[in-house]
Amino acid sequence: MSMPFYVAPEQVMKDRAEYAQKGIARGRSLIATTYDEGVLIVAENHSHTLHKISEIYDRVAFGGVGRYNEYDQLRVAGVRHADTKGYAFSREDVKARALANLYAQYLHNVFTHEMKPLEVEILVAELSEGEGPDQLYHVAYEGTITDEERFAVLGGDAETISERVEQSFQEGWDLPTALAAAVRALGGPERTLDPTELEVAVLSRRNGRRAFRRIDDGELAELLSSVPPPAAAAAEDEDPGS
Amino acid sequence: MALPIFSPVDDPGPDFTSLLRRSGLPAMPPADGALSVAHATTVVALRFAEGVVMAGDRRATEGYSIAHRAMDKVFPADRWSAVAIAGAAGPAVEMVRLFQVQLEHYEKVEGVSLSLEGKANQLAQMVREHLPMAMQGLAVVPLFAGYDLRRGVGRIYTYDVTGGHYEEADFQATGSGGRDARTTIKLGFREGLGRNEAIELAIEALYEAADEDAGTGGPDLVRGIYPLVAVVDAEGFAAVTESEVADRFLNLIERRRAERGRESGRGEPA
Repeated sequence: MSMPFYVAPEQVMKDRAEYAQKGIARGRSLIATTYDEGVLIVAENHSHTLHKISEIYDRVAFGGVGRYNEYDQLRVAGVRHADTKGYAFSREDVKARALANLYAQYLHNVFTHEMKPLEVEILVAELSEGEGPDQLYHVAYEGTITDEERFAVLGGDAETISERVEQSFQEGWDLPTALAAAVRALGGPERTLDPTELEVAVLSRRNGRRAFRRIDDGELAELLSSVPPPAAAAAEDEDPGS
Repeated sequence: MALPIFSPVDDPGPDFTSLLRRSGLPAMPPADGALSVAHATTVVALRFAEGVVMAGDRRATEGYSIAHRAMDKVFPADRWSAVAIAGAAGPAVEMVRLFQVQLEHYEKVEGVSLSLEGKANQLAQMVREHLPMAMQGLAVVPLFAGYDLRRGVGRIYTYDVTGGHYEEADFQATGSGGRDARTTIKLGFREGLGRNEAIELAIEALYEAADEDAGTGGPDLVRGIYPLVAVVDAEGFAAVTESEVADRFLNLIERRRAERGRESGRGEPA
């Protein structure tokens, strides 16, 4: 009888984490940030039909990066969870925190018990009711959950992109400014992303009950062209002094 | 609540009712053969040049007494369609709630809205599933109308208790006062009515229905309760403001009063 080789649990976890990270790093990234009217979510996505960003419920949005079929399954599960809960109780009782926790548990379960971890990172964004800050829950492939009130970056190049967003982030910035900064951060110094390569949506307080709205290519181009590039803006700032 | 993840072979797809069943929640409250339920109504829908107008009275009755004076019977089904209900109030309102969630659920899961025809079929299935309760006297007969974005016209669908649904060419009314309302609209309807004319006609129909039918409430001037009127056109669902409905009713009453005055004036000896 052959004996299976002993592999240390630490090694198993390390291998799985590496596997998931590699899978996620192959995909393109996503940025979510709060702005004066709600939450802006920007993703680099060359497909017009396979969405990374979606509506979950009245005030809750979903973002996923990594393997499409895996995060789309989680998206649908999220819609089902929210609609069932809202139908059984009331629309106000559907909260992003509960859903983010469920995602975290599920991802953790798959990570520890299954052969293959899910190669995804999930964002659950929620528009607050009343005065409280909007919430961005970031769930990693192994089930780690973090909550942000300013911005969140998901995907392979998250650290570098985070640094770029950090440099330009302002509390309560408006939509065009936030959008332009997010697009610059996603593209980095070498690339300029075209509206057709982006998927953008907002959760806005202006939209009534269903706060989620996609911003199409035309509107996106318009919004981006309304903000001067950062070099020009810096020059303008210096101008009044001279 | 657990995360509802299903294996590909028993995935309920975008169907909210079967999702509820799979999650162990009853989709509609089971019939308990309730002895007295709120009933009777008049709801109307008519087409005009840019869309459809839908209106309904506010009265709910239990036998010979009034159960509610300010009940809503016209609801937005989603952004581009409206549903009005006649029949047993409890199950009818519950059916509308389920229908609203179903349409939104489909839209979110699939990423696109159902076609208007698809929405009408979906509602027909719900009415059909409700047939056992209808047999016990708790019938629900909805009226569905919406703006067909693909064809650019307003369309109206009527239902019977068995879930049969039929598209109407121009207008329809259901409920205990439906017959009177229908006659009024029939006399005033012509192709290509404007928005205001259509609202006016719907209001007149409800007025006549309330005049003839005990189960239909007219404008309640004392409490300020007026029928609900909604318009669905290319801009989507919009409820006509209460003040506009009130003004139109007051004008109608004023006109009727003046007509009666003239008639009695003519009868008097010179």
